[in-house]
Amino acid sequence: MTETPVDQMSFEQAMRELEGVVDQLERGDVALDASIALYERGAELKKRCEDELKRAEEKVAAITLDANGTPKGTQPLDAG
Amino acid sequence: MSDLFDDPIPGQNAPEFTVSEISGEVKRTLEGTFGRIRVRGEVGRVFKARSGHLYYDIKDDRSVLACTTWKGQISGLSVVPEEGLEVVVTGRLTAFGAQSKYNMNVDEVAVAGQGALMALLEKRKKQLEAEGLFAPERKKPLPYLPHIIGVVTSPSGAVIRDILHRLRDRFPRKVLVWPVAVQGKTCAPEVARAIEGFNRLTPGGALPRPDLIIVARGGGSIEDLWGFNEEIVARAAAASQIPLISAVGHETDTTLIDFVSDRRAPTPTAAAELAVPVRLELMAWAENQGARLTRAAGQAVQLRRQRLNDLARALPKPDTLLETPRQRLDRISDRLPGALISGVQRRRVHLSETAASLRPATLRQLVEGRRNRLQNLSSRLSLRPIQREMAAQKDALARLAQRLDAAQAARIDRQRQSLAASGRQLEILSYKATLGRGYAVVRAGGDVVTTRAAAAAAAGPLQVEFADGTLDVTREAAQTGAATAPDKPSGGDRGDQGSLF
Repeated sequence: MTETPVDQMSFEQAMRELEGVVDQLERGDVALDASIALYERGAELKKRCEDELKRAEEKVAAITLDANGTPKGTQPLDAG
Repeated sequence: MSDLFDDPIPGQNAPEFTVSEISGEVKRTLEGTFGRIRVRGEVGRVFKARSGHLYYDIKDDRSVLACTTWKGQISGLSVVPEEGLEVVVTGRLTAFGAQSKYNMNVDEVAVAGQGALMALLEKRKKQLEAEGLFAPERKKPLPYLPHIIGVVTSPSGAVIRDILHRLRDRFPRKVLVWPVAVQGKTCAPEVARAIEGFNRLTPGGALPRPDLIIVARGGGSIEDLWGFNEEIVARAAAASQIPLISAVGHETDTTLIDFVSDRRAPTPTAAAELAVPVRLELMAWAENQGARLTRAAGQAVQLRRQRLNDLARALPKPDTLLETPRQRLDRISDRLPGALISGVQRRRVHLSETAASLRPATLRQLVEGRRNRLQNLSSRLSLRPIQREMAAQKDALARLAQRLDAAQAARIDRQRQSLAASGRQLEILSYKATLGRGYAVVRAGGDVVTTRAAAAAAAGPLQVEFADGTLDVTREAAQTGAATAPDKPSGGDRGDQGSLF
């Protein structure tokens, strides 16, 4: 297993490892102790993925620029 | 001008100008007559002076027109003239009196026709490709699920709307729009600045840095899209640390930025599809993974439980295990008291059998038997055989002694006879016999017999043995004797020697 804590993983990392965990468990060649630990890891990874999926918020902003063309802030963008 | 003609110098019909006057007149005429004009031609030699002003030629197959664009005007050009480029320049004709030359001050340059633009684009493509900016290994992978997407496009119009719609459908994300002009001469610098600006933002700052950039523009003519063919835009896109998707124009329009971007999307909508995965699909996937996870984990326990049950069934009951030994124990413990009794019984029988024969009479009988044997043996013990043996030995000894005496006597007799024979032989061979025949033996110095006169002469007194006795002879007597006995045979030549015999 990787050393990255699950809650710091990117969605893709968590996704890949979850797939690996499920594959490993389904092969059924893991010792019982290990399979329980693996299941717990898998559950954590799944939660991480779901959290990431839930965080699907839409927020659109346009950058406002000052006279020199450098960004000075944002304003809501209504693009319809 | 009419003044000049109105006031002629006497004697001459033509008016007289100073050089500066006529230069000024020419300049005024040129500027006044032509006004603002457009000239089409191919850009010739281009020279940018240290002062910042730009000098170049516009030419056709026969003529050349010198052009000037002042430093302050350059930023206003939509195309900076490049040698070989077919352009339409706009400006005013003017003259430069100090050199008697006229030229055109150009404040706008436009590429003349699509063919010329395509040729320019090809030239830039070759140059950037030679620099390696198109290399596949430069392309960065797009993040699977970006958190913030930066969009460089016009804030109004269909493009940003299409992108936001598609993002919302697939996976709503935070979107930061950097407004730019998407055509005209400000397009290229603004787009380039936007790409650089997004890269300069710090992750997690007040203005969070996007982890994906989309540069988008709707379809248009090649002139409309030209800003995205500019080198500064291409270089900014190539330098971007943030993965960049280009979506400029329609699918058939390819601009310079498409070659350097990490991915090219045929349309802005397609860019949104490349940017994010479909959320619902991912949720279904996560659901499915969760189900598989639970099932697999449950199965792991279930399979082991099943196995355990199977094994438990196969395991014999403790009672069963003990039955046989217990039966054996019962049987044996039943036999235990009987075995003890019968053991004692058996030994008792043996004892009584043994004890029965143990009586005084038996012992007496035994002693009687031994005594009889003793008597028997002692009666046979006598001296007679020894005496007989001794007599026999004595006879044998006497016989042997007899034979010994006889043998000894015979032997002595035989030797006596042998000795007598030898004595006779000795007598026959003895020199004494010769003495009788007239010979004598001379001895010098005791018993030494000498046969040589020299030896006799050297010796002291001599003894001469005759048949009837011995006579001592001295030297003188011998010499006399020799003289008196000349008839004696002499083997030598000297008389004294011969006298020795």
